[in-house]
Amino acid sequence: MAELMKGRVIFRGQAAGKVLRSEAPLGLFGHLDPKTGVYREAGHPLDGKSVKGRVLVFPRAKGSTVGSYILYALRRAGKAPAAMILSECDTIVAVGAIIAEIPAVDGVDLSALRDGVAVTVDGQEVRFEAR
Amino acid sequence: MKLTAKQRAILSGKKGKGAAKAMEILAALGRIHGAADLVAVGSVQVSGVSYGNIGEHGLAFLEDWAAMGSKAVVPATMNPGGSDRRLWKSLGFSAAFVKKQERVIRALEGLGIRPSLTCTPYHVGVTPKLGEHVAWAESSAVCFANSVLGARTNREGGPSAIAAALAGVTPRHTLHTDEGRLPTRIVEVKCRVPTAADAGALGYLVGRLAASDQKGGVPFITGVTPPGGPERLTWLKALGAGMAASGSVGLYHLDCVTPEAVAQGSRLAKAAGQRSVVKDLAEGYRTLDRGAGKIDVVAVGCPHASPEDLTRILRLLNWKKAKLPFWIFVAEEVRRQAETDGVAASLGRCGATLVADTCIVVSPLQSLGIRTVATDSAKAAFYLPSHHGAAVYFGPLEQNVEAALRGSWQSS
Repeated sequence: MAELMKGRVIFRGQAAGKVLRSEAPLGLFGHLDPKTGVYREAGHPLDGKSVKGRVLVFPRAKGSTVGSYILYALRRAGKAPAAMILSECDTIVAVGAIIAEIPAVDGVDLSALRDGVAVTVDGQEVRFEAR
Repeated sequence: MKLTAKQRAILSGKKGKGAAKAMEILAALGRIHGAADLVAVGSVQVSGVSYGNIGEHGLAFLEDWAAMGSKAVVPATMNPGGSDRRLWKSLGFSAAFVKKQERVIRALEGLGIRPSLTCTPYHVGVTPKLGEHVAWAESSAVCFANSVLGARTNREGGPSAIAAALAGVTPRHTLHTDEGRLPTRIVEVKCRVPTAADAGALGYLVGRLAASDQKGGVPFITGVTPPGGPERLTWLKALGAGMAASGSVGLYHLDCVTPEAVAQGSRLAKAAGQRSVVKDLAEGYRTLDRGAGKIDVVAVGCPHASPEDLTRILRLLNWKKAKLPFWIFVAEEVRRQAETDGVAASLGRCGATLVADTCIVVSPLQSLGIRTVATDSAKAAFYLPSHHGAAVYFGPLEQNVEAALRGSWQSS
């Protein structure tokens, strides 16, 4: 059965993909390789995983303000995530989502969005298959 | 958040793709921060200019944005870049780096932003009035504009400041509102703070205290006043730069000194929920002054030096010759003035170099072979170890001039 959640739109758009979920905050600058889309941070749940085409689910970002440009670089390299769903979006991710045109929503309960679950994002609406 | 008909038209692309992107960023940030509306700004100051900081991806983004053809609709200036546009060769910057840096500047100029390349727009003719809304990004400039001038700006980032320049507006929240400017914490200072370096060390301590307060904190500082004369502004500038570096303070009130504290007095202080005491500056100096070994460069002018600072440095040098490279960072416009009135030549005879368009914090120090720096700036002393792996001697201007003349640091 499809479940529906509504959040706050950061960047409006439609996207579909499988969840790539991180319980820990994401450091964009210095960790997310814009050439490959692979996240690298020792001990981090996403270490070694690619964000390309995935619906990236994470609580919030951390670190340098240059992080917005990393999302832009991912888009240019064709390695951007399909969408981003956060608990709490800050200026860095918001600016990054807008300039990279990655549909993004925040303020939703992330607990149901388990790794690998198929999700569609459409504006403020997040739909996923409940298990 | 409410958008006016005109703002909605910009959002829908009536004023071009670049302006639409700008409005999209501002509307989203306004929503995130709970802004009531977008407020018109009198000026904009853009950060994220140094190629060393923003790199290839930042450059690509700025060039793409510039290619959309929209331009700033309000006066907008640039923060320092990564190299001196005139003296780069003699100072040891690589041609490859300078080429990239020039591309960043050209892209920003394409967006209608003036290449002032300074963290002190107020030294090059951009001085917002009391109560004026602006959108500035450089953290020390934000603190100066809010606190000393009584203007109103949040701590913007590079893209959000450019967006404000292209749209002429910024989301009205936090430091743009009366409520957001109320102090969160009273900081009682129980020691003397005579020099600008001392003010920087105090700022560093205050920034750390306020870091846990809401929205970066608004300290209300009592028990201390700046010196009189031309050193007054240098002192206030250093105080703000220190707390903007160690914390995220965008506004401080100084009892009986800064305009809102003067106008509202103890009524203003009543809003503060927290109280701290600074007994002495020792902890600040212990953390910031950790130099060791030979000094590669004595660097002052962080934030960029004023014309008055230059005369003071000249007086301290007293026609003696520096034994170490002695760099004074200024805005290019201030350097040109110093060249016209002869101060630059006099400083040059004492072995001091006016370096413009860049600063000690955002230039690629490691590639210049700089590992140990002496400075009078708490902000520089805070950032250089983590950003550039440099060791820093930190002390008052007098101690820095003495180090340059003697060739080594003398502990005070």
